[in-house]
Amino acid sequence: MIKKFTTTVSAVALATVAGMATADVRIADVAELSGAGAAAGAVWHDGIVMAFEEINASGGILGEKVDLVAYDSQTDPQNSRAMVQKAIDEGTYVLMGTVYSSSTVVNMLVAQQNGMPQLTGSESPTITAKGNPYIFRTAFGAQKGMPKIGSYLKDGLGAKNIAVIWANTEFGKGGHDAFVKIAEGMGMNIIADVPTEQAQVDFAADVAKIKSSGADAIFAYMTEEESARFLIEAKKQGVDLPIAGDTVLISQKVIDLAGGAAEGAFGHVGLTAEAPIPAIQEMAKNFQAKFGYGADHNAIKGYLGAYTVKYVTEKIGSFDAEKFAETMHGLCLDAASHPGVLMDVCWDDTGEMSRASFLVEVKDNKQQITKTLPAN
Amino acid sequence: MTELLQILISGLSAGAIYALAAVGFTLLWQASQTINFAQGEFVMIPAFIALALITKLGFPVWLAFIAAILLSIVFLGAVFKRLVVEPMISHGTLPLVIATIALGLLLKEAVKEFYSPLGQPFPGLFSHDTISVFGAAVSFADIANFVVAMGVIAGLQWFLNKTRTGRCMQATAQNPDVAQILGVDIKRMVLYTFLINGALAAIASILITPVYLAKFSNGEVLGLVAFIAAIVGGFNQIKGALVGGLLIGVIDNLSAVYISAEYRQAVPMILLILIIMVRPQGIMGESEGRAV
Repeated sequence: MIKKFTTTVSAVALATVAGMATADVRIADVAELSGAGAAAGAVWHDGIVMAFEEINASGGILGEKVDLVAYDSQTDPQNSRAMVQKAIDEGTYVLMGTVYSSSTVVNMLVAQQNGMPQLTGSESPTITAKGNPYIFRTAFGAQKGMPKIGSYLKDGLGAKNIAVIWANTEFGKGGHDAFVKIAEGMGMNIIADVPTEQAQVDFAADVAKIKSSGADAIFAYMTEEESARFLIEAKKQGVDLPIAGDTVLISQKVIDLAGGAAEGAFGHVGLTAEAPIPAIQEMAKNFQAKFGYGADHNAIKGYLGAYTVKYVTEKIGSFDAEKFAETMHGLCLDAASHPGVLMDVCWDDTGEMSRASFLVEVKDNKQQITKTLPAN
Repeated sequence: MTELLQILISGLSAGAIYALAAVGFTLLWQASQTINFAQGEFVMIPAFIALALITKLGFPVWLAFIAAILLSIVFLGAVFKRLVVEPMISHGTLPLVIATIALGLLLKEAVKEFYSPLGQPFPGLFSHDTISVFGAAVSFADIANFVVAMGVIAGLQWFLNKTRTGRCMQATAQNPDVAQILGVDIKRMVLYTFLINGALAAIASILITPVYLAKFSNGEVLGLVAFIAAIVGGFNQIKGALVGGLLIGVIDNLSAVYISAEYRQAVPMILLILIIMVRPQGIMGESEGRAV
């Protein structure tokens, strides 16, 4: 009996030690896998899944496999906060997500309080303006693209009166405020200012209001599905004004959803599968083959965010969250020696990033790069 | 003036589709005292049936739409009645209301789980090309949506008033006991009502989804709008649901432009409260009478 007990205990102990020796590193992705933000969050998550599968296939991080765990925020800021806490309690090394700024501004406080590095897909300017030393972007804030769109509207199109339609969320408000500030600074008039709701389905009234405003051009700053619905309604009401946006409006997801209604829309994008960069095109091709749909900026953000975790961890030589955050500040990763980041990229002391970007126009239901812009 | 005209046209187009859902809502109440809080999901589901047929089985769009209508008649009509309404109705209205709420949640989550949580593009039957009407750009899709929805409701009214089966359905709604004594097969008449509701939901779905996109959560908006439209117009009259649907479509758009875009969803609710306070039977409703 005693012998049997001893054998059992020994077996359990050995199994535990063996388990520890091969323990995976746990990385949490808190994302909008359902709800109004699923069009962004689910694609972001797929980008992360693909990257970590590649990383695991090539030996993992510091010899350990990544155990990616998904948490669904349901596009609800309070739920995202709870999920971030859960992910931390369950032992994540670093935190990926969320994408929606409305959620990130809430849940980043939890990550900050726990000293947890967080790589977000959010683009609201406020995210990196709060002095949080643990937050890092995977795409630059909306404020970086606005001067480029403003210049194009003013100098390229000669627009003076602009109608702005925007999502009345943290993301939308950040982009709206940044654009309005730039446009007014350049001497353009905001002739119609139309806030919309998250998950809004009927844009008839908003389009009618813009159409009768006398605007020369429209600046649209909403999330994917709302952008598509707006474009469909604009076409339905025969709006023939130039429609500009930053990243989302001209993303492939919106183009696919809006069908022909996105034709002619233009804007600035930080990341696009159409970029004339072989690494991005290769990633996009693999993504299409794996998931059966095209990669957009959110997929690329998730992908390069996952590789950033790998490169930074290998740089510090251990799974040390505090060192991870310290190292990220002021870090530059060049794509030649860190191919997973796809393009040369740097982070400043606030977690804001800089990287080259693109001006694009929608032609034949595809993004067409019209200009490559240097990092700013 | 052009802006107002544009808003009225867009509002009537959307309102006509809301009216389809509201009429179905009213029909079920009239025929079987079923308050169907899954009505929004009933409008959401047929779009996904059509999408699945198009994308998974390669159906042409027109055939997928016809098949979606037929499948909706079967599943959202007959099967819904057999599996949810019949077992629950004997327990009273409230348990049935709760059952339909549960059904709505189940349908919504099932679409999210088994199809996709993401919005999906949905093919439209009608072109988005526009014509100018007194300066307002009116798309063929808006005109066609209005005409189709109004045509369906007019056809339904004709069926109920001018055919023997329709009059039997009316009799069943007004007094099932007397109708049964007079030889009306009331079970069959009630079944017809459910089948009609399935068809109305499917037609509304096919008309509205090209603009709203196919998304599992669409039922939340559409169900609420149908409910408000039915109450505002008059819960015991088809013409009430029609007026309510059109009114909500127009008021929603007018309030978004002339009152506040932020509070646009509140305005129909305020209207609902006012109607309940001032005219509880609804604009077109009658105090006690019931008619399909």
